[in-house]
Amino acid sequence: MKEILEILENDARISTSEIATLTKIPEPQVRKMIKEAEKKGIIRKYKTVIDWDKAGEECVYAIIEVKVTPEREVGYDAIAERVARFPEVVSVRLVSGDHDLSLLVKGKTMKEVAFFIAEKVAPLEQVQSTVTHFILKTYKQDGDILLEKEESKRLAITP
Amino acid sequence: MIADRVKHIPPSGIRKYFEMVIGMDDVISLGVGEPDFVTPWPIREACIYALEKGYTSYTSNWGLLELRNEISRCIASDYAIQYSPEDQILVTTGVSEALDLAIRATINPGDEVIIVEPCYVSYKPCVIFAGGKPIVVATNMSNDFKVTPEQIEEKITKKTKAVMLSYPNNPTGAIMGKKDLEGIADVVVERDLLVISDEVYDKLTYDGTHTCFSSLNGMYDKTILLNGFSKAYAMTGWRLGYAASTPEIIAAMLKVHQYTMLCAPITAQTAAIEALRNGRDEMLAMVREYDRRRRLIVKGLNELGLDCFEPKGAFYAFPCIKGTGMSSEAFAETLLKEQKVAVVPGDVFGASGEGFVRCSYAVSRREIKEALDRIRAFLK
Ligand SMILES: Cc1ncc(COP(=O)(O)O)c(C=O)c1O
Repeated sequence: MKEILEILENDARISTSEIATLTKIPEPQVRKMIKEAEKKGIIRKYKTVIDWDKAGEECVYAIIEVKVTPEREVGYDAIAERVARFPEVVSVRLVSGDHDLSLLVKGKTMKEVAFFIAEKVAPLEQVQSTVTHFILKTYKQDGDILLEKEESKRLAITP
Repeated sequence: MIADRVKHIPPSGIRKYFEMVIGMDDVISLGVGEPDFVTPWPIREACIYALEKGYTSYTSNWGLLELRNEISRCIASDYAIQYSPEDQILVTTGVSEALDLAIRATINPGDEVIIVEPCYVSYKPCVIFAGGKPIVVATNMSNDFKVTPEQIEEKITKKTKAVMLSYPNNPTGAIMGKKDLEGIADVVVERDLLVISDEVYDKLTYDGTHTCFSSLNGMYDKTILLNGFSKAYAMTGWRLGYAASTPEIIAAMLKVHQYTMLCAPITAQTAAIEALRNGRDEMLAMVREYDRRRRLIVKGLNELGLDCFEPKGAFYAFPCIKGTGMSSEAFAETLLKEQKVAVVPGDVFGASGEGFVRCSYAVSRREIKEALDRIRAFLK
């Protein structure tokens, strides 16, 4: 199972018949295992890593540090869930250190992101403060280095 | 002006294809005998750090003790064999140098060395350079390219000094299991031979487990174990390997090494320490990927009607092309010209490799698929 997940993690579009070839697990079995992993939520979804800058679609990402006041009984969960529902928010994480929640927020312009934080997040009752860090350049994302692919330096024929 | 010994050795058959490929565009090369991965970053980074700290000197002739300690520890943990880092491990510039030292330290002029073909291209010339006489044993596909005790016994004369073994094998991808090797060990004991065992592909064993020759009963004193970093850790260009054997043999090899090489490069040695300490996970991830490619290429070649023995180790498939009616050389040449896929004709690795071509799967899956498509078009 781990083998199949590892292959899919690197190439979500690979066919089940190719997975069967690569692993020597019969194809019907592969299909069944993938179905099961999907059902159990082990496979959350199939994504494509896109370099939007390169596609000419400018968009802006920012990391937002949020300090919050935890609430009785629900701790950080209620406020985290509440923030997570905004479509602008790409990810929400509870972190250790001098702030509590770390958000990744996406918008078309810096202004849009700044206003979203100022209007939707900062005013929430439990939020004490926010700090916004705009992302200027992404070098690595989800395990993939986004630099130009290096050319192979091997000779064409070696013993 | 040139010494006879050198003059009479034909230039490597691989060279010719290399020259043909140069200047051609859009070639997919399955002719490469080295990993397509670059050395894992933590290993490179360790070397950069060492350079910054000023590690730029010679090392002891033996190699850095820290590295020999790691090598000793790894052999012990992988194969339960103890080699003392003090006087039983010699760090060399690749298995290539270790091979040369092993032969020069043990072979007298006229001594015969049994070489199991098809095999890596250097064995025969190295024996000849040392004044020895290579005696070829040919393996074949019907026996999974394994060598049998009988085949070796048949070639033994009063002059036989050593047997060169190399499993997992370049170019066939064959491996030999413990049982197979024990048969060879019996002959080695009976006829009092030495075994030079090139195990540079040991980590690249996909089906079954690798058996280190010196771990066999009675073989510890009769084996020179050669291994290195080129294949498992994707470190070909660093030029680093080692030999492990008895103190007596290693002392003899050291003598040649100290007067010819002095020591292996310190840059590579510092990187290799990191490889052995922390590189295992990345190494295993590369091995898993080779294994997937292996299945992809073997299935693909068989579907094309090229009868392909299932390689169990290294990163080569060795399909039989006899059905095409072409010689290995003609096959490789026309395939390159017509479809721009480079493979290496099997006879480069010994006469018994005729009728086969070596296809390396140390290339991306995308390239393997494209190469298979082109070979399909070629065979039509
Ligand atoms: C069987 C075998 N031995 C030795 C070598 C050379 O290894 P190194 O890079 O350690 O000199 C190779 C390289 O192709 C090989 O295939």
